[in-house]
Amino acid sequence: MDVISATALTKRYGKTLAVDGIDFTVPEGETVGLLGGNGAGKTTTIAMLLGLLIPTAGSIFILGHDMARDRFAALAQMNFSSPYVALPSRLTVEQNLRVYCHLYNIRKPTQRIAELADELDLHALLGRAAGELSAGQKTRVALAKSLINRPRVLLLDEPTASLDPDTGDLVRSWLERYRAESGCTILLASHNMGEVERLCSQVLMMKQGRIVDRGSPADLLDRYGRDDLEQVFLDIARNRTAMAEAVS
Amino acid sequence: MSGAYASLRRVWGMMYRHISLYRASWPRLLELAYWPTLQLCIWGFTASFFAARLGNVGAIAAGGLLGGVLLWEVALRTQMGLALGFLEEIWSRNLGHVFVSPLRPWELIAALVGISALRVIVGLAPALLLAWLLYAFNIFSIGLVLIPFVANLMAMGWWVSLGVISLILRHGAGAEALAWSVLFGLTPFSAVFYPVSALPAGLRPIALALPSAHVFEGMRTALAGGGVAWGHLAWATGLNALWLAAAILLFANQFRAARTRGALISIGE
Repeated sequence: MDVISATALTKRYGKTLAVDGIDFTVPEGETVGLLGGNGAGKTTTIAMLLGLLIPTAGSIFILGHDMARDRFAALAQMNFSSPYVALPSRLTVEQNLRVYCHLYNIRKPTQRIAELADELDLHALLGRAAGELSAGQKTRVALAKSLINRPRVLLLDEPTASLDPDTGDLVRSWLERYRAESGCTILLASHNMGEVERLCSQVLMMKQGRIVDRGSPADLLDRYGRDDLEQVFLDIARNRTAMAEAVS
Repeated sequence: MSGAYASLRRVWGMMYRHISLYRASWPRLLELAYWPTLQLCIWGFTASFFAARLGNVGAIAAGGLLGGVLLWEVALRTQMGLALGFLEEIWSRNLGHVFVSPLRPWELIAALVGISALRVIVGLAPALLLAWLLYAFNIFSIGLVLIPFVANLMAMGWWVSLGVISLILRHGAGAEALAWSVLFGLTPFSAVFYPVSALPAGLRPIALALPSAHVFEGMRTALAGGGVAWGHLAWATGLNALWLAAAILLFANQFRAARTRGALISIGE
């Protein structure tokens, strides 16, 4: 079953075509990577999936709900994390999580916050103001917020951006474990090729608003004759064609 | 769990967010009471000065002045409470989280309306107490008619705020200065300290289109012992209903436009 289905998805800002009629699906329980350079259209695509942005054309169905007509039914089962969106800095971590427990109608907020604090090692942070935390701590709190409703669909926009390798690795390990345990479907936009290679079963390569290639990391490496996704990314960014295409 | 209960929880969630903010920040709490108290002191001493020299006429005028100050603060604090609550979400870069949750836009507004009412109570309580202690002025002496007067002024604060929020959605945080200033601009037309008849003839239609002018005309009638001015009360209520409907339409339109332009993502910039 496809949990996310986007058809002919288009976003135009005046004369600028940010997303150009893309089609993709994300099967249930898989982690799909959205890769592309700056301005490729990844964040715009995620914003449209979340209902923050109304597409110029095309349709989005998430968990069977048409996002143009029935987005709140889907949003209750989804969540999102991005380092570019903050939590109120004067509220404590516990207060912030409690706010989202109410917004997502979590029956036992105290219990859910304690569970997340256990899982993400947040107990020492619960009483601290969100604005006082380090980047790594903020990422863990943002991740806790994004899991508050045990989402069936998780959209992550560069979840490990600006994290040191150790914290980044912890977050990736945690995401792997969560997906395996919960069966959650994840769409991950990232510039970190190692992260995408490690976490994603499928990759959508975006450039100038279009999906220019797609496949599993292994397929892409094979097709471009490269050792890692970073080289594939550079090939696409610099208009080098896939090896398979060149051969044929 | 019913949809209504879930909706109430979302409204409460946003109210809890703002209550937590005030609990964590005493300067914010102080600011709530600072201006109403300062205004009351300035106008209270002015009114006392005139009352001492003009006898009974001065005393009635003084009552009108103090009542005007206190009731106008209701509208001002309500309007600022709602608009600043929305701005807090922009300043904390939290809109992206809030609007990808199941929270409906109207639920956010309902929460901010609740917070604005709390701000009025907390902000005006010291001023009401001071008015009674320093000037023996009790606004509650107007009687039960005070309730619809106050409700109308709060409703006016809400629709003005919805207009301000719509402008912020359209023009970004650059329009945030309106959150503090827009209702002050309506003060001359609101007949807070003088009757509508004191305005030049050309400005009177503007005043009469505002619910506040009718509220203050009604308040002066009540304070002068003239009973309840039902006509003014009906005009204030009817005008508020019209303005509120227009503001809700404007907000809904601008919220959709903001989702089309991507402003909900970049509004803080």
